[in-house]
Amino acid sequence: MIEGVWKRLGAKEVLRGVDLTVAEGESVVIIGRSGTGKSVLLKHVVGLIDPDRGAVRVDGQDVPALSVKELLDLRKRMGMLFQGGALFDSLSIAENVGLPLREHTRIAETQVDLLVHEKLHLVGLEGVETMRPSSLSGGMKKRAALARALALNPKIMLYDEPTTGLDPITADLINRLIRRLQERLGITSIAVTHDMRSAYHIADRIAMLHEGRIHAIGTPAEIQASADPAVRQFIEGSAEGPLLPT
Amino acid sequence: MNETSAEQLADRAPFRFILNGLRDAGEVLILLGDVLRELPGGLRKLPLLVQQMMAIGIGSMPLTLIVALFTGAVAAVQASYQFRDYVPMIYLGTVIGKSVVIELGPVLTALVVGGRVGASIAAELGTMRVTEQVDAMETMGISPTRYLVVPRVVAATLMLPVLTIFADMVAIFGGYLVAVFTLDVSGHTFTSGLRLYFHLRDVFSGLIKSFFFGAIISTMGCYYGLKSEGGAEGVGVATTHAVVASCLLILIVDYLLASFLFRVLFA
Ligand SMILES: Nc1ncnc2c1ncn2[C@@H]1O[C@H](COP(=O)(O)OP(=O)(O)OP(=O)(O)O)[C@@H](O)[C@H]1O
Ligand SMILES: [Mg+2]
Repeated sequence: MIEGVWKRLGAKEVLRGVDLTVAEGESVVIIGRSGTGKSVLLKHVVGLIDPDRGAVRVDGQDVPALSVKELLDLRKRMGMLFQGGALFDSLSIAENVGLPLREHTRIAETQVDLLVHEKLHLVGLEGVETMRPSSLSGGMKKRAALARALALNPKIMLYDEPTTGLDPITADLINRLIRRLQERLGITSIAVTHDMRSAYHIADRIAMLHEGRIHAIGTPAEIQASADPAVRQFIEGSAEGPLLPT
Repeated sequence: MNETSAEQLADRAPFRFILNGLRDAGEVLILLGDVLRELPGGLRKLPLLVQQMMAIGIGSMPLTLIVALFTGAVAAVQASYQFRDYVPMIYLGTVIGKSVVIELGPVLTALVVGGRVGASIAAELGTMRVTEQVDAMETMGISPTRYLVVPRVVAATLMLPVLTIFADMVAIFGGYLVAVFTLDVSGHTFTSGLRLYFHLRDVFSGLIKSFFFGAIISTMGCYYGLKSEGGAEGVGVATTHAVVASCLLILIVDYLLASFLFRVLFA
């Protein structure tokens, strides 16, 4: 999927040769320290950022080379949960979640309302339909954004920190949801997280992004058993080790 | 010349200024191209367009009218001062009418609306950009040009001439009030002066200008808004740039259009 991607942003080489292949139906979790470029990497997959060097392929299609029309078709099959939610301030929660349905399908209005309700229920939100994003808590925004990303039943889901800012109980609900979507519906998913509990729960494989490359990759068990000092330090959450606190 | 020295040259302040200007101009042209391509799709989003027309047109009306009233009043005071002892006061209405419809109405309306609407467009789109709402739109397969830019550009381009018509009327009325109540010019003298040498093409030339001004204001707001980066500070910078660029372009384009309209078209 991602082959030798390099990307410079501002004065910083953020990605320096990232290789990552995600199989269809697989769930990969990307871990790594704040500022290592995890969000930047996800944005390459949806074509929001084009690589300076290297290739990004989704379903065999070369993403940066796609025409506007082809990119649109690809994006309709993908859902992305942004780190900050990115709900549209000017629309209510129900309008936010219903927007992709109203734009890309010919589903009748009454059906749209039902689907919106169903997606919100899925992420554990009730009775927020008419509220504005600004009057929701951080965790509620995140879940509403997740409902919106799921609206078109995508085949590929990208989650940028799906559980940060959620209480442990809601976080578990979201972890189960992500796992269930992947297992039952065969959704391919890439999730970025700092939350190791969440990573072990939803990952088939865990990849650690470090110094602009995939530093280590393996099943949760392999990662847990890893002898690499950087990996050990990260999963144990210690300030001591090769990774300096910044 | 090798690559480094070319880069060093490009880094010197005056060159950087010119290069940035050229780059901005190119990017604005690209944005305008996108707007034209998305125009049919954008126009189908009627509720969005109507919403923007209300915000830009109705929202700017009070400010525009107050500015217009005082513009007309000042024009009357200044003109009468300069006419004193040389020019008969019947020409007061003529000069106010002409200067308002040709120049003062369109340009002052555009500058005021440019400050108000240009800033609000840049701040809104800038906030959407830095909070990733624009990215989210794109990943949902919804074109930001169609949803955000087209309604704003079309609404501003249509509403500015409308605002200008109202501003013209109120400014002339302001001049009339000053003339009648403080300058001892009779209402009849003022209005007959107004009708003297009145040409409809003067009004049209003002409206043609305001049409361009509307496009400039909204395009600058959208361009700098969508380009903002780096959080709240970046949005502030974008807003300032949008207003400064609008005001400069309004005056420059005013000169170019005036040269074209009065020296070529109506000459
Ligand atoms: N538009 C940009 N311009 C310049 N630099 C950028 C831009 N976007 C990101 N960066 C830089 O790229 C690096 C990676 O950013 P990114 O947001 O991907 O980090 P992250 O791994 O997602 O971190 P976090 O866990 O805190 O979300 C950061 O150092 C950031 O400063
Ligand atoms: Mg991030």
